[in-house]
Amino acid sequence: MTAVFEAREVSRHFDVSRPFLQRILAGEGRRLLRAVDEVSFAIAPGATLSLVGESGCGKSTIARLAVGLYTPSAGEIRFEGQPISTARAQPALRRKMNMIFQDPYASLNPRWRVADIVAEPLKAFKLATGRAEIADRVAQLLTQVGLSARDGEKYPHEFSGGQRQRISIARALSSEPEFLVCDEPTSALDVSVQAQILNLMRDLQQKNGLTYLFISHNLAVVRHMSDQLGVMYLGRIVEQGPAESIFRTPRHPYTRLLLDAIPDISAIGRARIPVGGEVPSPINPPSGCTFHPRCALANDRCRAEKPMVTAVEGVDVMCHAVAEGRV
Amino acid sequence: MALLDVIDLVVEFPTRRGILRALDEVSFSIEAGEILGVVGESGAGKSLTGAAIIGLLEPPGRVARGQIVFDGKRIDRLSQADMRPIRGRQIGAIFQDPLTTLDPLMSVGNQLVETMQTHLKLTDREARARAVQWLEEVGIPAAAERVNAYPHQFSGGMRQRVVIALALCAEPRLVIADEPTTALDVSIQAQIITLLKRLTASHGKSVMLVTHDMGVIAETADRVAVMYAGRIAEIGPVADVVRHPHHPYTEGLMGSIPSLDARVERLQQIDGAMPRIGAVPNGCAFNPRCKYVMPRCLTERPLLLKAGDSLAACLRVEEGSR
Repeated sequence: MTAVFEAREVSRHFDVSRPFLQRILAGEGRRLLRAVDEVSFAIAPGATLSLVGESGCGKSTIARLAVGLYTPSAGEIRFEGQPISTARAQPALRRKMNMIFQDPYASLNPRWRVADIVAEPLKAFKLATGRAEIADRVAQLLTQVGLSARDGEKYPHEFSGGQRQRISIARALSSEPEFLVCDEPTSALDVSVQAQILNLMRDLQQKNGLTYLFISHNLAVVRHMSDQLGVMYLGRIVEQGPAESIFRTPRHPYTRLLLDAIPDISAIGRARIPVGGEVPSPINPPSGCTFHPRCALANDRCRAEKPMVTAVEGVDVMCHAVAEGRV
Repeated sequence: MALLDVIDLVVEFPTRRGILRALDEVSFSIEAGEILGVVGESGAGKSLTGAAIIGLLEPPGRVARGQIVFDGKRIDRLSQADMRPIRGRQIGAIFQDPLTTLDPLMSVGNQLVETMQTHLKLTDREARARAVQWLEEVGIPAAAERVNAYPHQFSGGMRQRVVIALALCAEPRLVIADEPTTALDVSIQAQIITLLKRLTASHGKSVMLVTHDMGVIAETADRVAVMYAGRIAEIGPVADVVRHPHHPYTEGLMGSIPSLDARVERLQQIDGAMPRIGAVPNGCAFNPRCKYVMPRCLTERPLLLKAGDSLAACLRVEEGSR
């Protein structure tokens, strides 16, 4: 099976140097922020790959790289076998990818009626022509996401957060995409509304055969949604493989930390020993394995040498301790 | 006797279009040394309950009816001047965003010293020494040097530790923690929850922990109050409310939370959304979304009645149909 979407050793660096003159006066060099560092993954048609990690790990940068909002500094992104830049240049391919953003209060134009918001991709890609056809299609899309066709007449401010996210989904679906990038689509929503949106997204996936790149910091949501999982830390995917097998036996020390750290409703009154330390700055990441300052298993090799990917039972882990069998 | 008793508390906001009732006859109590979790969706009134207790309701919000009794004394009718010695000294507060809680122009040490000297009789030297002690206690490395640092020099997790030290340094008996971990990443959240649990246990504090995260409550609280549209839907021991919810809203809420333990095909969903204040339906506030709705629910407001080890406001509990 060929992948719909593939990233090969993709990196994205941002230049965060101070202005030229200040740099000269202070006698310092350029500074690079490695937001994404040699990340590779592939998504099969109809599957969901999720990326999880804490703030600053590079997951949103990958979302933007995936739809071509950023260009990679190194490496290659392929969509349906073509380099992303070529794919983006062809409307027939470009319409096959779309994005759902985190904040439904910021991603909808407040001065447009909902019908116009949903119709914009239809017009842009000439998927429907004539007023009647467009109106029909918009009504169909709104019904599909659980709104009423008459809601098209309203403005975004007349809707609650969950309903607005439904509008964003309707807009994303209007270009008849095959691949959707969902950047924290439920983080701004209350739990009961989150359940509605997650259920809707899974229904749509089954009905339309959508492929998702799902980005979230919430592991429980990710477990509910994913087939494949990538755990990110400081711009790298440190563990990647089938979601169920990672949740059953997490191998990378960071994945274990994350799973232990999450308060879960099944763990009533649990006492825990939290891991100390915080995510270091990606401008000045630790040497070797970037997780070593927080890792209980770190030794001299971890401090000096960047770990390579080791495959263990279908899961790719980037950890010296796993590779050496010290876990 | 309970440390805090909130009795039939009604908070209203007079507006041009009439009076909006944001809290509607909320009653609960917190015992000494107990952690009460308050959970609910945005707009359910959980933060407002906390604000009413410490006397920080934003005007025109006001306590219209009901009582707040702290340590046997009513505190809902106190003037700002009479409230000041209670706020901070008796009831401390921790808010969601540590950066807006801290004064950016004052070193964290001076903020601690100022708080302690306002409420406790301490010399400069004693207050200074205690400030360092508190920073050590909340787990700030090299506290003796960091005491002179400013808030912007700390990371988010470290700032929240400073805020916790500030809330506890005047040794209040009750701490109101309003979403203390929401702005933090999960691994930091775990550190802060553990810290809060340890410190309040070792100093014998009561805590009202307001959050939308049921996981945090399950792990931290002794009892939990579930709020919906300005009312308490259910209140009881955490294990009871999580495992055997009696109110249909609690039941839906628990089913809608994805769990780490097992993957389900479909999450339970509660259709619709919580009504806005001012548009709360007659009878039970949950009736438009309830799958068990009966004709009585549309007209009669349910009272909090005993259901198992909890109290639930549902007419089905009254009819004993569960």
